[in-house]
Amino acid sequence: MKKVATLLMVMMLVAGMLAGCSGSTTETTAAATEATTVATQAETEAETPASTVKVGVIYIGDENEGYTAAHMAGIAEMKAALGLSDDQVIEKTHIGEDEACYDAAVDLADQGCTIIFANSFGHEDYMMQAAAEYPDVQFAHATGYQAAMSGLANMHNYFTAVYESRYVSGVVAGMKLNEMIADGTITADQAKMGYVGAYPYAEVVSGYTSFYLGAKSVCPSVTMEVQYTNSWADMAAESEVANQLIADGCVLISQHADTTGAPTACEQAGVPVVGYNVDMISVAPNSALTSATINWGPYYTYAVQSVIDGTPIATDWCQGYADDAVGISPLNENVVAEGTVDKVAEIEAALKAGELHVFDTTTFTVNGSSIEDLIANNADFAKYADYVSDGYFHESEVISAPAFDLRIDGITELTN
Amino acid sequence: MLKQNEITVKEPLFRVIKRSNISMPKAWFIRIAAAALSLIVCAFVVMSITGDNPLSVYLGIVDGAIGSKRRIWVTVRETLVLLIIAVGLAPAFRMRFWNIGAEGQVLMGGAAAAAIMIYFGQSLPNGILLIIIFTASILAGLIWGLLPAVFKAYFDTNETLFTLMLNYVAMQIVTFCIVFWEKPAGSNTVGIINAANRGGWLPSLFGIDYGWNIVLVLAMTIGMYIYMRYTKHGYEIAVVGESQNTAKYVGINVKKVIIRTMMISGAICGLAGAIIVSGASHTISTSTGGGRGFTAIIVAWMAKFNPFAMILVSGFLVFMQQGAIQIASQYGLNENASDIITGIILFFLIGCEFFITYKVELNRNRKEAH
Repeated sequence: MKKVATLLMVMMLVAGMLAGCSGSTTETTAAATEATTVATQAETEAETPASTVKVGVIYIGDENEGYTAAHMAGIAEMKAALGLSDDQVIEKTHIGEDEACYDAAVDLADQGCTIIFANSFGHEDYMMQAAAEYPDVQFAHATGYQAAMSGLANMHNYFTAVYESRYVSGVVAGMKLNEMIADGTITADQAKMGYVGAYPYAEVVSGYTSFYLGAKSVCPSVTMEVQYTNSWADMAAESEVANQLIADGCVLISQHADTTGAPTACEQAGVPVVGYNVDMISVAPNSALTSATINWGPYYTYAVQSVIDGTPIATDWCQGYADDAVGISPLNENVVAEGTVDKVAEIEAALKAGELHVFDTTTFTVNGSSIEDLIANNADFAKYADYVSDGYFHESEVISAPAFDLRIDGITELTN
Repeated sequence: MLKQNEITVKEPLFRVIKRSNISMPKAWFIRIAAAALSLIVCAFVVMSITGDNPLSVYLGIVDGAIGSKRRIWVTVRETLVLLIIAVGLAPAFRMRFWNIGAEGQVLMGGAAAAAIMIYFGQSLPNGILLIIIFTASILAGLIWGLLPAVFKAYFDTNETLFTLMLNYVAMQIVTFCIVFWEKPAGSNTVGIINAANRGGWLPSLFGIDYGWNIVLVLAMTIGMYIYMRYTKHGYEIAVVGESQNTAKYVGINVKKVIIRTMMISGAICGLAGAIIVSGASHTISTSTGGGRGFTAIIVAWMAKFNPFAMILVSGFLVFMQQGAIQIASQYGLNENASDIITGIILFFLIGCEFFITYKVELNRNRKEAH
C-alpha cells in the first residue's frame, strides 16, 4: 500500500511541475465581456470591423457526416474569403436538437459571438429562444421555417435551392435510364427508380420530386418508389432500404439521407446510384453517377459580411445555381450515359438564366389533375395558392425552407 | 535443490491479497490519488493531440464547467439529473437487482410528462398541470420498474436482460408518440413544447431558474439516505441483497421486497424524466435519456450507494463532461475527445476500487530463494 501511495505521490509531483512550467492561458473569458459591447454596436451602428466580428457555429454532427461536412466547408470558405482568424470562429459539434442547442447558442453569445449559425432542422426552436434573449446577436438557422413568423428581427432562416441540383442529378439519372432502355437491359416500362428518404416531410418530398422531374424530363416513362429510414444518418438502414428497393425492381437509386449506406449497397448490387452531399465515387466507383451537392459558402460569406458592413441579413435566404450555392459533384465518366456532360451544361445554363423552372406545373399532376385546377376546386389545396403562379411552383421563394410537399403522380411512397 | 529453485522462480513477481479492512481516510486517499492520476493521463493525451500545455487544457475544462454563471447552472442542472437517476438506482443495486433499465424508465417518465404538457398544457392552470405531470411521470416510471420486478419475483427471470430490453421498448414507444407530436408532420422533431405560455414548465424558485430541480432532487437524495439507512425497508433491502436465503430465514418476504423496491426505483427514474422534460429540455425525443440512465449506474456503484457520495461523483463526472465539451470546441477537437477523457477518468476511478479491496505486494518468497 505504502509503495503504491508513494509512487502515486511522485507521479503527481512530476506532473504538477511539468504543468507549472508553462503558464500561458486562454483569453476566452476576457473576450466575452469585451465582445458583448461589440454586439450592441452591430445593430445600432453602421459597421463592425472585420477584426472584431466573432462567428459561432452549432453543428448536429461532425466532419464524418456528409451534411455537416458540407457546412464546415462553407464556414471554412467564408473564413478564407473574409480573412478571419482562427479565434474568430467558434465551432461546436454534436449538438443535439434539445436544450443542448439552447445552451450552446447562449454560451456562444456569452463568448461574444456576433452571429451564430445552427445547421439542423430541430435546432430552430432553441435558436429562437436564444434569439429572444440576445436581440443584439444575429441568429441564423439552416432549413428552418419560422424566422419570418417569429417576429424576431435577429432571427434568420437560410437554405439553398438544392432542388435545382437534384433536378440536374435527376437528368443525369434519366439519361442513364435511357441508355439502359436503348441497349435492352430494361424495357421503357421497367424504368423504375428507388429513393432512400429520411423523413416524410417537405424538405425530403421537395427533394425527391425535383429529382424525379429531372429524370422524367428526359425519360418520360420513368416511375419512382420512395422509402423512408426515419433517420438522417443510419448507415445500416439506408443500405437495407436500398436493397429492398432494388429487390422491388428499382433499376436506379438515389438518396436524401446523410451516409454512404445506399451507394455501398448499390455498388454490391451493380445498380447505378445518385448520391447526396458528397462525391460517392470513392465508395461506389462502378455505380455512382454523381451527387447533388450544396455549397454553403456563399451564404456564410454573405451573412458574416452583412454583420461586418452593418447591413441587415435577409430573413429568408435561398439561392441556387445563380449564386453557385448548389451544384452536382463531378460526373463519373465510367458510368454516366453518353452525352450527359453536354445535357447537364445545357440544363445548368437554363437554370442559371431562370428560363427553366423545376416545378413547372405542366410537367406534373396530382391525382390526375393539374395543381392549378386543384387550388381552384379543392379546399385542401388552397394553401398552395401563394406558391403557384406564372406556370410554376415558387419553391423556397416565399420562405427559404422547402414547401413543396405534394405527392405527385408517378411516385409511390412505400410505408413499412 | 535445482528442482526447488525452479519452482520458486515460477512464482509471480506480485501477489494480490484481499484486505481485511481499510480505514476511511486511506480508502479516500486511494480514490483521490486515482482521480489525480487520471487527470495527469488525460493531460498527456490531450497534450499529445493539441500540443498545448496541460495547465491550459485544465483551465479550459474549468472554464467550460464553471467559467460563467450560465455554465455553472448548466453543470448544476446536468448534475442534478444524473444524481436523481443514481439515487433511483441505488436501492435496486443495493438489493443486487441489476436494474440497467433506468434509461427506459427515464424515457417513460419523460414521455408521460410530454404527453400531459401537449394535451393539457393550454387548458389547465400551471400548478395543477405540474402535479399531474409529476404524478403521471412517477407512475410511468413505476410501471416500467414493476414489470421486470414481478417477473423476477415470481418467475425468476433474468432482470438484467429484462430491464435492458425494456429500454428499447420505451424508445419505440417514444418514437411512436413523436409521430403524433412532431411539428411539422414528418420532421421527427417535437420542438419546444408550449413555448408561448410555458404550460407545464417548472417555474423558477427564489429567482433561480432551476430552483425546483434543486429542491426536488435534494429532497429525494436526503429521503433516500434516510430510507436506506434508518428504515426497516432499507434494512430488508440490504439483507435481500446480501443473501436471499438469509432474508427468507429471518422471515422477510423476498418477493414483496423486490417488487416494492423496484417500484420505488422506477418511480424515481420516472420523476427524473419529468425533471428533464418539464424542468430543462421542454421537449421529448428518443435521446431524452441521453445515456444518463447508464452513467448513473457507475455513479451509484462508485458512491457505494451512499446518496451524499453520489452528489460528489455525479458532480465530478458532469464537471469533466462539460469541461471536455469546452476543450473540444477550444482546440477544434471532435466531441469524441470528451468521451475519451471521461473514459480515462472512469477507468482510473473504477480501477482504484481494486486497490481498495486488495493490496498488491512484492513476492518475498522469490527474493528469499535467490
